[in-house]
Amino acid sequence: MINYILKRLMYILLALFVIVTVTFFLMRLAPGSPFANERNFPPQIEEKLNETYGLNNPWYIQYKDYLIDTATFNFGESMKYKARSTNDMIAESFPVSLTLGIEAMLLAIGFGVLIGVISALYHNKFPDYLATSIAVLGISVPSFILAGLMQYFLAYKLDIFPTAGWNGFIYSILPALAIAFSHAGFIAKLTRSSMLEQNSSDYVKMARAKGLGKWTVVFRHTLRNALLPVVTYLGPLTAGVVTGSFIVEQIFAVPGLGKHFVQSITNRDYTVIMGTTVFYSIILLFAVFIVDILYSIIDPRIKLKGAKK
Amino acid sequence: MTQQPIDKDLFRVVGVNEDDSDKLAKKSVSFWKEVFIRFSHNKMAIAGLVILAIIILMAITVPMFSQYKYSDQLGVYNSPPSAQFWFGTDDLGRDIFVRIWAGARISLFIGITAALIDLIIGVLWGSVSGLAGGRVDNIMMRIADVLTAVPYLLVVIVLLVVMQPGIVPMIIALSITGWINMARIVRGEVLSIKNQEYVLAARTLGASTGHLIMKHLIPNALGAILVTMTLTIPSAIFTESFLSYLGLGVPAPRASWGTMASDGNKAIADYPWRLIFPAVFISLTIFAFNAIGDGLRDALDPKLRK
Amino acid sequence: MNKNKKFFLLALLAAFSLVLAACGFGGDKGTDTKPTTDGDNKESSGKKELNVVVASEPPSLHPQLATDTTSGAVLNEVFEGLTRLDKDTVPQKAMAEDWEVSEDGLTYTFTLRDAKWSNGDPVVAGDFAYSWEWALNPDNMSEYAALLYPIKGAEAYNNGKGSADDLGIEVKDDKTLVVTLENPTAYFLELTAFKTYAPLNQKVVEANEDWYANAGEQFVTNGPFKLADWKHNASITLEKNEDYWDADNVKLEKVNIGMVEGESTAVTMFKKGEIDFLGSPFQTVALDSIDAFRSEGKLNIADKAGVYWYKLNTKDKVMANENIRRALTLAMDRQGLIDNVLKGEQTPALGMVPTVIKGFEEDRGYFKDNDIEEAKKALEAGLKELGLAKASDLTIAISYNTSEAHASVAQYIQESWSKNLGINTTLDNSEWQVYLEKVNMGDYQVGRMGWIADYNDAYTFLEMYATAENGNNDTGWENPKYKELIEASNKEVDAEKRIQILKDAEAIAMKELPVAPIYYYTDPSVVSERVTGMEADILGNFQLKNVDVK
Repeated sequence: MINYILKRLMYILLALFVIVTVTFFLMRLAPGSPFANERNFPPQIEEKLNETYGLNNPWYIQYKDYLIDTATFNFGESMKYKARSTNDMIAESFPVSLTLGIEAMLLAIGFGVLIGVISALYHNKFPDYLATSIAVLGISVPSFILAGLMQYFLAYKLDIFPTAGWNGFIYSILPALAIAFSHAGFIAKLTRSSMLEQNSSDYVKMARAKGLGKWTVVFRHTLRNALLPVVTYLGPLTAGVVTGSFIVEQIFAVPGLGKHFVQSITNRDYTVIMGTTVFYSIILLFAVFIVDILYSIIDPRIKLKGAKK
Repeated sequence: MTQQPIDKDLFRVVGVNEDDSDKLAKKSVSFWKEVFIRFSHNKMAIAGLVILAIIILMAITVPMFSQYKYSDQLGVYNSPPSAQFWFGTDDLGRDIFVRIWAGARISLFIGITAALIDLIIGVLWGSVSGLAGGRVDNIMMRIADVLTAVPYLLVVIVLLVVMQPGIVPMIIALSITGWINMARIVRGEVLSIKNQEYVLAARTLGASTGHLIMKHLIPNALGAILVTMTLTIPSAIFTESFLSYLGLGVPAPRASWGTMASDGNKAIADYPWRLIFPAVFISLTIFAFNAIGDGLRDALDPKLRK
Repeated sequence: MNKNKKFFLLALLAAFSLVLAACGFGGDKGTDTKPTTDGDNKESSGKKELNVVVASEPPSLHPQLATDTTSGAVLNEVFEGLTRLDKDTVPQKAMAEDWEVSEDGLTYTFTLRDAKWSNGDPVVAGDFAYSWEWALNPDNMSEYAALLYPIKGAEAYNNGKGSADDLGIEVKDDKTLVVTLENPTAYFLELTAFKTYAPLNQKVVEANEDWYANAGEQFVTNGPFKLADWKHNASITLEKNEDYWDADNVKLEKVNIGMVEGESTAVTMFKKGEIDFLGSPFQTVALDSIDAFRSEGKLNIADKAGVYWYKLNTKDKVMANENIRRALTLAMDRQGLIDNVLKGEQTPALGMVPTVIKGFEEDRGYFKDNDIEEAKKALEAGLKELGLAKASDLTIAISYNTSEAHASVAQYIQESWSKNLGINTTLDNSEWQVYLEKVNMGDYQVGRMGWIADYNDAYTFLEMYATAENGNNDTGWENPKYKELIEASNKEVDAEKRIQILKDAEAIAMKELPVAPIYYYTDPSVVSERVTGMEADILGNFQLKNVDVK
């Protein structure tokens, strides 16, 4: 196991290196500049700006700088938001996104698995149709439409929730629901499908034959095996959700991390692009890693080996 | 437990009827015929098929025979649904009914093409990775991670530098990351299936990797594959509207369902029909695909045989 | 055993997430900046608070570094220059108690009033000299330094060719500032109200380079309000500055500025009473809500000194043809566009200088709106010159940066061109940065741009076309006569003669049409009934010191 973990960590470092490299070259290829503005300013100032932020250096020097930045986790000052360091920007907004993300994930997993299980237990009966319809609705209504609708009806028309902002738990409910809904739909579908497969397995039939109740079988036997594909999906999903959703943050004015991923790119704010990318990569790589370890816990038949032979 | 002695008298010889031995209790049907029969008994699946057929038919015929073009500005701005304009008009005075069916062509094409590409790459990548295990698995999955982590927006912007906007770069942009979910899920399924006895048995009998994937792994992972595919279609439809934002999609005044929905989203309060119609048709289409997918899954699942 | 382990893991996870959850919300609980929903409670709580939102985090709250309107809106309230503009953009006495202008219009002598910084230091003439020099020092990379170029020696110093000692800025004593200009700049007093001309407290700034990154002790200001709190990407709170010289007339005690990016979100907040005002620079009234607000009688329209135009790339093979440019410019139904699509009661632009600018109120009669007949004639002539047989052989691409509004304008004009001229028009949208690069490189045929005045003078709209090299020209067009006139306008002291020179220049450009003006901006806004004095000048500035809430 230790051997396996060490190997994986090596691969994570390697992947991170590749990500930084690819991102760096993409940044250089993308047209635009962090200082470009509708209003042009004197060329000597632009020259100076480029010099100060190292954009005049040959590419290998810049590349080396980014690698060092990544290795030391110090990404430097934002080029757009003057005197603000990338690290500060991430440190301020990540807790917000994380809170919202965890809330959304709990909702998505809770509802998703529940709906999926109900659906599978009453396969091709009314509860299945109902549950499937809800799940399909979740998948097909994207979060930005849902967010807009909820804001209009629940916050404005019915006045149950605040419209937008981030000043306490009540502010997080609508955005969390908006994020959770579509993921819940997908988790439900996935759970249903793999529950169905398990339900026809011999061990489930056996358990039922022994006289165990429907739900007991679900919780003791089926669910555990049925969750494997769900867990696969959850790893990268969690990484994505806890690092914020641009659209939901925008609609509900949540000061989260999601906006930095998009805005840094539209601003060509190179330091922030690199900072957020590396940050997200680390979370993603570890989430996937944890999922692989979880596999072996959930399904002991899967053996994690450093190498096959 | 002690062995009860069995009295031989309890048994008698009935003889063998040679003629009966070849007879089957059930009428013999081919696998695909049986799949078809099971599928056609599934009401939801048939409903989905009918909905999809109607949508496709409308998408083909309406723009051909309508008196307006999708781009005609008719001088009636933001009109609610009426006898003249069934779905109302938009902010530039264009008939939403025609725009919906013109948009259906784009969205359906993009959704289905992207889903198929994702399916092929994702299933192959995921099953090879899961089956091979070890270093190959590690490298293949880290490649997927890298693609997820590299800023997608930047990739698309750079893609636009190299290519002219249009359908082809759009499909490429959708496929760059679209297959990763599929690959991860297939790999997960493969991991849990590959150590099961029947796979081991097949292996010991000398089955090739290709045979294993096609005959054992994919059929057993089919449920998850179909479910993932039904997610790929809506996500392609909406990613397309995001790509249009970057200038990669079909240029205005053409509009897909995704762009119509995201434009209409801002008008929820005052002109709700601009959101409702595209949103309803997206949902209907996804519902149809889901129902068909579920029906197929049930029909193809040998274990659910009655 | 196995099960227990799993339970333990789960519990740990739950605990972990709860702790995190507490952190995430906790950050904001300390100070309550939540906008009160109920307007009537204001009086009883005894605080006069104004609630507004801006569309984004201000990129920089350093007056000399800021370039955008969001930062400008905040800076205008926390800093104060020598003058402050009233509603008609007439400079009023602010930090300067009085000023004298020499006969030749080249020397301004400002006398400062007794004013204090928020840390108690007196505001002295040296603070202005310091900040202006700071902005012009090329090492400080102020992107707006060019606004200081009317000052003698400023351009040379900023270009690295002159030195700070040669600047026409002289501190006579703590109360007297003498400024020498390069040319008699008619609008110089207006400029001194602009953010780039705001003073800096030298001691504080030099003690902490990054003083402007956060709210706090070090954020020393001299305006009617203080920056009390700044939660990045979430909110800014301004509080009344009791040390402000005119504090008696400042009625608001607190201004809560939220940051809400979504336009429809802001509209909902306004309808719900969570915010008191909606209109640039405090978010904007979403295009789709304008009609509803208008039918309720709530919509206000303020004129704005800005123009929306299509740049015509004269370096392009087709667009180099003047007749084609003319045909395209004439075949636009501006009034129809305004009535049906823009809905903000904008004025059709039939010239380059908005009609709210001094001396340009009248229509100069360069061309008529939607003049299809003349357009067809011009097109015919143009096609002949290009050697094209018929109009449908011509394809023109309109480029714009992605936004619903720009897309609507482009589609409206596309329809008009194809219907009336019979030419093909393609639309080409791209992301902002890509678009800027395209336009700057001349990789376009017809490109959308807007120009909003920083000061109330026609010069700001005309100067950019003086040379093809000017970074804001983008059309490749130049005309020696035009350039001559623009330069002459700088030297002219007589106001009326100067306006005539500028009009002559405009006439040249409007004959050759490097740019097709479309409309002059307005600012639609809605304001809650409890607020008075929320009025923008034509430059889009608000003076919150005049605002009161019931």
